[in-house]
Amino acid sequence: MKHLLSMADLSREEILAILDTAATMHEVQHREVKKLPTLRGRTIINFFFEDSTRTRSSFELAGKWMSADTINLTGKGTSVSKGESLRDTVKTIDAMGVDMMVIRHMASGAPATIAQWTNCSIVNAGDGTHEHPSQALLDAYTMRARLGDLEGRHVALVGDLAHSRVLRSNLICLRTLGARVTLVAPPTLMPSGIGPWSEGDGFATSYDLDDVLPSVDAVMMLRVQRERMSGGYFPTAREYAVTYGLTTARLAALPGHAVIAHPGPMNRGLEISGEAADAAQSLVLEQVSAGVAVRMSILYHLLSGEAMSA
Amino acid sequence: MNDALPGRMVLSGPDMARALRRVGHEVLEANKGSADLVLLGIPSRGVPLAHRLAQTMAEVEGEHVPCGALDITMYRDDLRRQPVRHVEPTSLPPGGVEGKVVVLVDDVLYSGRTVRAALDALADYGRPQSVRLAVMVDRGHRELPIRADYVGKNLPTAKTERVWVRLAEVDGHDEVRIAQEAGS
Repeated sequence: MKHLLSMADLSREEILAILDTAATMHEVQHREVKKLPTLRGRTIINFFFEDSTRTRSSFELAGKWMSADTINLTGKGTSVSKGESLRDTVKTIDAMGVDMMVIRHMASGAPATIAQWTNCSIVNAGDGTHEHPSQALLDAYTMRARLGDLEGRHVALVGDLAHSRVLRSNLICLRTLGARVTLVAPPTLMPSGIGPWSEGDGFATSYDLDDVLPSVDAVMMLRVQRERMSGGYFPTAREYAVTYGLTTARLAALPGHAVIAHPGPMNRGLEISGEAADAAQSLVLEQVSAGVAVRMSILYHLLSGEAMSA
Repeated sequence: MNDALPGRMVLSGPDMARALRRVGHEVLEANKGSADLVLLGIPSRGVPLAHRLAQTMAEVEGEHVPCGALDITMYRDDLRRQPVRHVEPTSLPPGGVEGKVVVLVDDVLYSGRTVRAALDALADYGRPQSVRLAVMVDRGHRELPIRADYVGKNLPTAKTERVWVRLAEVDGHDEVRIAQEAGS
């Protein structure tokens, strides 16, 4: 494994290896001395062309806790704002001799393209509406921690699916792990062309959240991405909350063992009610807490192992 | 299935049990009892060995000896020379290692690099009063200034040979085998 670009590149065994390592990394987080010497002397650049709090900070912490040298760059304040092309920018950084670039970019496919231009490992930390693999891995990690093996479990992914890179990565990850998946969204927010995809890949779609909820083991509420919307996807925020939000009433309809996940940041009162977000079944804080451990595991699996002959 | 294994057996199950019992007695003798003792097995096969040792010592002293596992993968100096290694869980006994007499337990002592990594890992968990090393087999060829305090069996080997410690908990039966490495 050299890059982490798409969940589709990972086998079931590779996913489980990353999740198992993450479980042991989680322990480091509770130590007084949060430092492993594993990646000493390795350099990681976190290159974020788009805003991010938890992904960027958890990748940075993960690198630092494993003794790698990490640097954060954003689109603003770099030569990108002077008109330098993406290719020239990443070639320049690559020439400095870095071992890994963690890239978030608004254009789908940017990390995969960058991987062809450089020699270092590339981690996709979210590209446009395409994928966000590290998020899917940590979601799987937290669900697995509560539910055990995800094989045969029923997971509903609910909300703004059309604009969600988290959806795509999660769908692939959950299917690879053998979970049963149902996508729930209003017709306007269902990804186009989902029909043939769902038939080919064996997952279900639904427009009715109340119909799906009683049979789920986990429900993941995805954020309504106002910044990616030019409007017109649903009449009002209130109507969305009533028809597709995880309201307090719907919380009661969930099976007792079922868990609630949200990759954050949450729009409380829109896709998830305050009660649901803070309920005992909610994994929201565990997802944040697992974020660093899962990313440490990703760095370990990509940067250790036999040195690639250049 | 025993016939399928290469090489020859150098310790049988009963031989290993006797050696382990002796090591248990030696640890207790040197420590003048089980006070402050903590046994930490190095995965994978050090962990069941540490538990067996703890059981032996409990039979002798009548007191429970805290026992745990210390994974050293993240502290290895050869991570870039081998395929990605599987990481095993670390579990320290509730009392931790601060101020304790820690006995590291492993199956084979060879280059000493695992033990060096274990000392680094241990330092991140606290400051033991002292650290000792118990191994089932010492096969020589050290690459670092490290030695074992308690040895089940000193086994002179050539570098081209391989030593396997098999344990019932992991492999289904107990034995120590030695064989020429394939291709040498």
